[in-house]
Amino acid sequence: MQDRLSPFLISTLCIGIAVLYVPILVLIGYSFNASALVSVWGGFSTHWYTALLHNDQILDAAWLSLRIGVVVSTGAVVLGTLAAIALVRFKMFRGRLLLTGMVNAPLVMPEVVTGITQLLLFVAMMRVFGWPHRGFTTIVIAHIAFCTAYVTITVQSRLNGADRSLEEAAMDLGAGPVRAFVDTTLPIIAPALASGWLLSFTLSLDDLVISSFVSGPGASTLPMVIFSKVKLGVSPDVNALASLIICVVGACVLFASFCMRRAERRRVLDTQMAER
Amino acid sequence: MTQATSEGPVRAALRTARGEWFKRHGKWLIILPPLLYLLIFFLIPFAFALKISFAETAIRVPPFTDILTVSPDWHIQLTLNLGNFKYLFTDEVYGLSYLYSIKTAFFSTIICLCLGYPMAYGIARSSKSTQGILLLIIILPFWTSFLLRVYALQGIIRDTGLLNTALLWLGVIHHPLQIMRTTLAVYLGIIYSYLPFMVLPLFATLEKLDHSLLEAAGDLGSPPWRTFLDVTLPLSIPGIVAGSLLVFIPAIGEFVIPSLLGGPDSLMIGRVLWDEFFWNRDWPVASAVSIVFLVLLVGPIALYQHYSSKELEA
Repeated sequence: MQDRLSPFLISTLCIGIAVLYVPILVLIGYSFNASALVSVWGGFSTHWYTALLHNDQILDAAWLSLRIGVVVSTGAVVLGTLAAIALVRFKMFRGRLLLTGMVNAPLVMPEVVTGITQLLLFVAMMRVFGWPHRGFTTIVIAHIAFCTAYVTITVQSRLNGADRSLEEAAMDLGAGPVRAFVDTTLPIIAPALASGWLLSFTLSLDDLVISSFVSGPGASTLPMVIFSKVKLGVSPDVNALASLIICVVGACVLFASFCMRRAERRRVLDTQMAER
Repeated sequence: MTQATSEGPVRAALRTARGEWFKRHGKWLIILPPLLYLLIFFLIPFAFALKISFAETAIRVPPFTDILTVSPDWHIQLTLNLGNFKYLFTDEVYGLSYLYSIKTAFFSTIICLCLGYPMAYGIARSSKSTQGILLLIIILPFWTSFLLRVYALQGIIRDTGLLNTALLWLGVIHHPLQIMRTTLAVYLGIIYSYLPFMVLPLFATLEKLDHSLLEAAGDLGSPPWRTFLDVTLPLSIPGIVAGSLLVFIPAIGEFVIPSLLGGPDSLMIGRVLWDEFFWNRDWPVASAVSIVFLVLLVGPIALYQHYSSKELEA
């Protein structure tokens, strides 16, 4: 489908992209404003960025969020991949419908509902077992639950498209099922695992609602700190922090997608060479 | 198997026994971890919410009464308090906020569709290399923080924001427009946040569209707009449905947007639930609100999605 786009299509594309990007660019612009008043341009300054480095509340929250993000995305990739293998490879087992439902449900469940129900579970568990204490542990457990859903769906589509003949050939040659899977199918679905990890990491890093419900006193993640600051009014250091996060995450995603695309192209080239 | 014979008969037997066990039960090692995890930490919590929605508020930790009490002589007493549900139906705040949420989500979905459809169509019709770049541009905001993007929108629409400053400077208006803390701001926020969710599924269906059908319609003398209405639009219905659901579903339970951009009258159900929980500390009523929300809105949507995806597969 390649022909000249009508001016109407081009202009809506431009408007749509402008809608998506102008606010972010304006935010980044404001973050270099020397004036503490948001409406007055007081000259260029990196003052608010250096102020961030001395703000212990923000640094602590960022460190907590990063630690949660790493644990959550690793856990979610393991559970999500297992769930995807189960759903794609085993067509019949008891609980298949249940697993399908639970994998898809977090995507349609409002976060406020998930958050409140999980908190009620944690409170009940605390009364019976004396575990888990609300804070790092509960946030990690809650985040893994919804991130697993996203990983499963990412890996599932990749696994559906993966050619099983290689794995069967490996098994014919005497490899056990686990070995055959690890040596043949795992490299093919590896990009999906990587993007699942990255997706879980950004989702966990961004989550405000579920964390607010299940967290306890003293454990404030970065979104929780930002939200309370924004609620109180405009503070210019939030501009700097927000610009920093958006730029770092954006750069990482661009870099990752570039790497994945190159790896993918190489793999396609390799298979073409092999087929020749 | 040639290796096994050199290992001695007992070991070989053990090995085959283990192999047999794995063949028969090995799949449960894969199925059970995610199944149990989601069961315990995702599904069972709803049972707790249901239980607590029948409790009463109490000044203690946690702030509700037990509905199940066991006296020392094993006399079990179950107290179900339907007051919370009755309260939901008598206090009109809840009814209004359910309606307001549906209305807001519905109209923002329509606007997203009107803006997203031409965008997806434009991307689908551009060359392969441009397509990759455009898709990346659309997807990138989806990866960057949702909360921060809503905050960024404040910088445009607040009284001293870019839009008002520009309009004042141009002399179009003489007093700043009040956009922040209005319903309009909530609509803008939802459209801005969820536009990529509309564009991507639409693009996926439009890209797969069989071009020869359009050519055939053109050859038979159909004007472009007729071709669009008769061929393109009906064929892209799966994409329209998928995109609309992806916008409508998260929009309806939205908390961040009405709370950061909306005014006191933007009573979306997510926000009401949050306030009930954190400000009134009324956990039983908050549980009841989420149960009703689930039964009235999320359940039907999930069922609809389940059956429509089944139909697509068939």
